[in-house]
Amino acid sequence: MAGVAGGNDFQWCFSQVKGAIDEDVAEADIISTVEFNHSGELLATGDKGGRVVIFQHEQECKNRPNLRGEYNVYSTFQSHEPEFDYLKSLEIEEKINKIRWLPQQNSAHFLLSTNDKTIKLWKIGERDKRAEGYNLKDEDGRLRDPFRITSLRVPVLMPMDLMVEASPRRVFANAHTYHINSISVNSDHQTYLSADDLRINLWHLEITDRSFNIVDIKPANMEELTEVITAAECHPNQCNVFVYSSSKGTIRLCDMRTAALCDSHTKFFEEPEDPSSRSFFSEIISSISDVKFSHSGRYMMTRDYLSVKVWDLNMENRPVETYQVHEYLRSKLCSLYENDCIFDKFECCWNGSDSAIMTGSYNNFFRMFDRNTRKDITLEASRESSKPRATLKPRKVSTGGKRKKDEISVDSLDFNKKILHTAWHPKENVIAVAATNNLYIFQDKIN
Amino acid sequence: MINTTECAVDAQSLISISLRKIHNSRTQRGGIKLHKNLLVSYVLRNARQVYMNEKYAEIYRMQQYEEVMTVCNEIQELNPLDLAEDCEEQRGDCCGNGGVSEPASLCCALLPVSQLVAVQSAHMQPPSACSAPLSLQSDEVCKETEPSFYQSCCAEAYPVSNCEFSPVNNLHCNKTTVLDLDTHVVTTVENGYLHQDCCASLQQCCQGAQYSGKKRKVDFEYYISDIEEVPDFTPCKRAKFEDCSYANSEHLDTSNISNLISIFGSGFSGLVSRQADIEQALALNGQFCSKQALSSLGAMTRAIVAF
Repeated sequence: MAGVAGGNDFQWCFSQVKGAIDEDVAEADIISTVEFNHSGELLATGDKGGRVVIFQHEQECKNRPNLRGEYNVYSTFQSHEPEFDYLKSLEIEEKINKIRWLPQQNSAHFLLSTNDKTIKLWKIGERDKRAEGYNLKDEDGRLRDPFRITSLRVPVLMPMDLMVEASPRRVFANAHTYHINSISVNSDHQTYLSADDLRINLWHLEITDRSFNIVDIKPANMEELTEVITAAECHPNQCNVFVYSSSKGTIRLCDMRTAALCDSHTKFFEEPEDPSSRSFFSEIISSISDVKFSHSGRYMMTRDYLSVKVWDLNMENRPVETYQVHEYLRSKLCSLYENDCIFDKFECCWNGSDSAIMTGSYNNFFRMFDRNTRKDITLEASRESSKPRATLKPRKVSTGGKRKKDEISVDSLDFNKKILHTAWHPKENVIAVAATNNLYIFQDKIN
Repeated sequence: MINTTECAVDAQSLISISLRKIHNSRTQRGGIKLHKNLLVSYVLRNARQVYMNEKYAEIYRMQQYEEVMTVCNEIQELNPLDLAEDCEEQRGDCCGNGGVSEPASLCCALLPVSQLVAVQSAHMQPPSACSAPLSLQSDEVCKETEPSFYQSCCAEAYPVSNCEFSPVNNLHCNKTTVLDLDTHVVTTVENGYLHQDCCASLQQCCQGAQYSGKKRKVDFEYYISDIEEVPDFTPCKRAKFEDCSYANSEHLDTSNISNLISIFGSGFSGLVSRQADIEQALALNGQFCSKQALSSLGAMTRAIVAF
């Protein structure tokens, strides 16, 4: 796959934007998760209002072979509703924290969506035929009087307009005391894990009334709590291996074959802290907000507040690559703490060939790093540069001294416009970037 | 050492900002976010460390100056002609640096003696309480009787009942009702540890007191960081403030945090009590930011916290 930053064949250009244009953004419309399915044909988003919207990639236009097809709305459904736990007097938000697709096994599509407490398995299926000619009921559904039926007939399947239905097939509830932050489908396609602040549970997709607790870091005395689990993921091809990251900036790799309870890790990944960079906020900025295995399974990537790190699973004492996302914010940590931006949880993602990684930043900027050429690029998701097939211009933040033309100064950054969620198509150079309530889709220009 | 020059916001305002965040999190939709509050408590701990370091440095400098002056005056009374010059010359050195490292000066040479006297006049706790690691301190409670100094580090355990009924302590011994979200067990956590009055008045009832594992890791950390980061401090001098932590420094885990339960339950007043004491000791003017934050938040002497 070609390089991400300029170079020979690679130019990112605008494709589509989904969502309202209003300046006044409803909280419920804020996108909280974005995920391509395994083929890249479907793109799912979840929002703070508990809704899931699925876009489908249309086939390429025959008239314009150079243009990839667009993503159009395929299905929309309300996944989670706000709830109230009366026993604990706690309100449970309906915000969708994560969506994960199951590998497709038949014509229907399945995905897992979760809020803070409950995971649901949804089936998204198509219906394009309808049975007509029932014996016991009329065409409009009214029941017929059985005594009036004098003959029998076989119902016939007639074509109908395509209808996409989403139905909840499983509800996995009451297994998490704390807030769920991650779900991950296992490579065995039968189990998945869910992680909250202190525990990780292993589920079977068919069984909803129980799960196995495989990690529990809750101390006997809560006063001794020093770290929480921030993210967890199953290994892409070893179904016995998973990792979880912590608020202390460490990652633990666990092998489920070693013990039923994986409290003791198989591998422990931690980079020693640089004592000269110690500050009031050292603990906050070292907290890992996302962990993702590479598609190959050889590497994993972690995101903390200021950087992205790539780790080789065979080396625990330091990452093999470190990329600074927005180092210019290091001197602004006080303000970012005051306005709560320092607690933002940015995600990161790999491209299909693991040669590039992407993550978000503020001012609707997002960053891509080419692991081979070590080049990086900053792009912006904005309505202004949203002309069809317009090439995105690289952006630059001036870090001090003279601000060059087209550069933006750190103090001018809009910290309300944050890109926390991005996704990269598993096979092609198409990316989805969630900017508050808008979903931007960019693709490379096919030369 | 925390680099405090990185931003204009000082430790005090960070403390008040952090307390406000924790307070606001109680009313946020979706329940208390454990991760965020844990991170805020780290900032709170860091800010307090820096703040206490600065305050102790200030106190030490002022106290050392006063002591030197006192000693010099006493000496002058004995032999005003011989020693006046020495005192004049050496006073600056004595007060400017750690003091006891300058034996040449008569004033400074007398410092250790004076400090030793001061220490001896105070009640020294049994060595076992001091040397035992924090996790083992339970029954061996120090018998400090220096109410004007911070003693809570020694008095680990309080009987709940005494704390509750003591008239002095009703104001300070806050109780938190904690609901364990897993077991649905409700427990009451005493956290009057941050108040010296509570400790002092409990001297008699602290002897042999047992309390199930309520450790005050908070305070010890601060002292340890003082030792590590301010090597000028004389251990003897420090003994006037807190007496038992230093010997334990190697046993204590500084990565432990001031626990969320204590922060939530103390009504935040406990977190600023020491500042109030220091304020009195130094006769400083001006409000502490945290105090202002407190008054706007309102007192919370009992809170139900769900973890």
